[in-house]
Amino acid sequence: MQLLILVLTLIVLSVIGFYLGRSRAVATSAGRTGHCIRSPGYYGWYVALWCALPALLVFVGWLAFEPEILRAILIDSLPQSARELPPERLSLLLNDVRSLASGNVLSRAADPELQAAAERYIGTLRISRWALFAAVLALAIGGLLWARSRVAPRFRARNRVEQVITVFLIASSIVAILTTVGIVLSLVFEAARFFVRVPLGDFLFGLQWSPQMALRSDQVGAAGAFGAVPLFVGTLLIAFIAMCVAMPVGLLSAIYMAEYAHPKFRAVAKPLLEILAGIPTVVYGFFAALTVAPFFRNTGAELGLSISSESALAAGVVMGIMIIPFVSSLSDDVITAVPQSMREGSYGLGATQSETIRRVIIPAALPGIIGGFLLAISRAIGETMIVVMAAGLAANLTANPFEAVTTVTVQIATLLVGDQEFDSPKTLAAFALGLVLFCVTLVLNIIALRIVTKYREQYE
Amino acid sequence: MIQLDVTLYPQEIDPAGKRDPQAISTADYQKLIRDALDDLFPDVTDRRERRELMALLSPGATDLLRAKVMADPSLIGQRVIIDVPFSDDLDQLAKGRIDAESETATRRVTDKQIEWFQRLEQRGLVRQAFNTTLFTAGDSRSPELAGIWGSLVGTFWTMLITMAIAFPLAIGAAIYLEEFAPKNRWTAMIEVNINNLAAVPSIVFGLLGLAVFLNFFGLPRSAPLVGGLVLALMTLPIIIIASRAALKAVPPSIREAALGVGASQVQTVFHHVVPLAMPGMLTGAILGMAHALGETAPLLMIGMVAFIVDIPGGPLDPATVMPVQIYLWADAPERAFVERSSAAIVILLGFLILMNLIAVMLRKRFERKW
Repeated sequence: MQLLILVLTLIVLSVIGFYLGRSRAVATSAGRTGHCIRSPGYYGWYVALWCALPALLVFVGWLAFEPEILRAILIDSLPQSARELPPERLSLLLNDVRSLASGNVLSRAADPELQAAAERYIGTLRISRWALFAAVLALAIGGLLWARSRVAPRFRARNRVEQVITVFLIASSIVAILTTVGIVLSLVFEAARFFVRVPLGDFLFGLQWSPQMALRSDQVGAAGAFGAVPLFVGTLLIAFIAMCVAMPVGLLSAIYMAEYAHPKFRAVAKPLLEILAGIPTVVYGFFAALTVAPFFRNTGAELGLSISSESALAAGVVMGIMIIPFVSSLSDDVITAVPQSMREGSYGLGATQSETIRRVIIPAALPGIIGGFLLAISRAIGETMIVVMAAGLAANLTANPFEAVTTVTVQIATLLVGDQEFDSPKTLAAFALGLVLFCVTLVLNIIALRIVTKYREQYE
Repeated sequence: MIQLDVTLYPQEIDPAGKRDPQAISTADYQKLIRDALDDLFPDVTDRRERRELMALLSPGATDLLRAKVMADPSLIGQRVIIDVPFSDDLDQLAKGRIDAESETATRRVTDKQIEWFQRLEQRGLVRQAFNTTLFTAGDSRSPELAGIWGSLVGTFWTMLITMAIAFPLAIGAAIYLEEFAPKNRWTAMIEVNINNLAAVPSIVFGLLGLAVFLNFFGLPRSAPLVGGLVLALMTLPIIIIASRAALKAVPPSIREAALGVGASQVQTVFHHVVPLAMPGMLTGAILGMAHALGETAPLLMIGMVAFIVDIPGGPLDPATVMPVQIYLWADAPERAFVERSSAAIVILLGFLILMNLIAVMLRKRFERKW
């Protein structure tokens, strides 16, 4: 609440700064020809930025470091006996102090010592907040006054403001890089901790997957096996089934839409396909688990096949349905990008429309279509919710689509849902799986994007 | 949608009679309801059977009665008629989802309960009504008391954070890459990177959120703040790509004209190019948000799957979002949750179709041929 007031004050101050800067620019340039007359607004912006930015930086930095510093002060103020506790006990104690300070329920009865510590904590917190308040306000007002004093006809405010804008733009495009770096670093670090315990070879080529860590050492399966081959096979099996559904349907519908369909039909069907592509995967998962899987099981039972209720088939087919719009719109783009002259050349030689499509357009569009397929495969491999809901958890090493299989994404999700400690191989295994998933999809994407862009350049 | 079968039955209310709100709120309403049921079935006397009889009704019945009495204390001492929802199993029985003829061991209602239910039906005390708790309640263990309001509020906070972070950053990045960036290896790398990021599986973003935001920065688990951050990073590339396409569609002649009359590059971009590209950028942003709205997997990683009954009051409270709620309900063992999750899906799809329609209309309305 206090912080919100501070932020609001800052905003109000910046607005005041804007008007002050502008009016001063107008006033100082009255009767003269300078830079101010043309664009007083920039002077306003200049003052407002000087008012807000430094103060905001201090604000964010303060909040980022405040917990650490408060913790240090708190530990310092604790009695000697408490300071010598092992780290976990100490952090438990600190948590107690903090929750007592914020008036929450405690994990134990509050003794006077704890009470005193909590009061000291509240005291330091209050000092810190007031100091923050003072620092931010002083900076904001100081920045405002200083920037305002610089407003003069010879001063080029616009260039300064534009510099700030450019820096903001560059910073926002760097966020994308930082995200990738963050993904890679977090996956690699956690996976490295996993591979310290489980050798890389066992992980990549082992045939047994049972990540349950035993509580007692004499339990059955106490060691926990981390051979990921069953997961890879399951993932590929489901992706294969999905592609068997999505490839023909998506490609054929794209050919129809691009070559045969009436423009009016196209105008309706394209947005509909886009909406289909926007349906959340959890809805497909619901559909797969409650409609498609029982249907397959019952049909299988009537045909004398035993289909598991969590069969790879159901998950794969529904995933295929999910990918159809994706394949279709990518292929459609590629096919419409084939130059009209090629079609007309083929017609001119006497080919029919279907001959033209088969002999000329598809071969010409093939690289792009394959690129689209690769992107679709990477989608299928990375898809989570459908398989979490419709495929099983049993890590069977099988190529039989009627049996239950599990996938990499299912295992990541199940290993990490709920509370977990961060030093057991079980949780770290999820990061190792994530690393594999990331690498595979990355390679597929790079190849696919390269093919698609190469192909596009050919016809442009 | 969900209809809940509701019994209509007379009820005697008679707490201590002091009309003191404290006393009224702590009165034993369960006993009152039990008495009412006993009135209906005077032949049930056995302890076990009486417990079974009580299980006909939803555990929320007492709260309902209490709320009614608290709202109008003058009812005390009178006979009132209230609608009480059945428990979820009886509800399924009434709808024919549980076959009364099937084996006793395989169904969740006992023979006696079926018999009592039929007697109630004969007396005309059973009727179907629209259960509005779906829109007002948070999550609950009992399907007939569970609602999506909690997850809707959670979704609202999450989306707010996602939008506040993703939209300015994405537009900034798109403008920089399209209008200012020199064509060199550095920008080529950023481009390849963004294209790849758009195709990274969403669950990997969940891992990122878990490792960086939760473990490294120590942000609270299950909070919409973290969910919003993760979803923002995920939607960022989508919005960037769409915004760049929109910027690219603005013809160079506009830029040249602005530069020709003496505008600086920043002025050209912000006064002329961006306003023209804005509809396209907004379309991209709405589609990105629709994508984020339906996303489940990364949120599972950062603990937004918890069972949360309270309505979240801010971006730091534990919360869940609609798709995750659907996932939770779809996984719940009670048969009646299937209907709840179907209802939630209908609502979610309603939102998504609305967002998509807005995007399509925006595009149609502002589409220009240069």
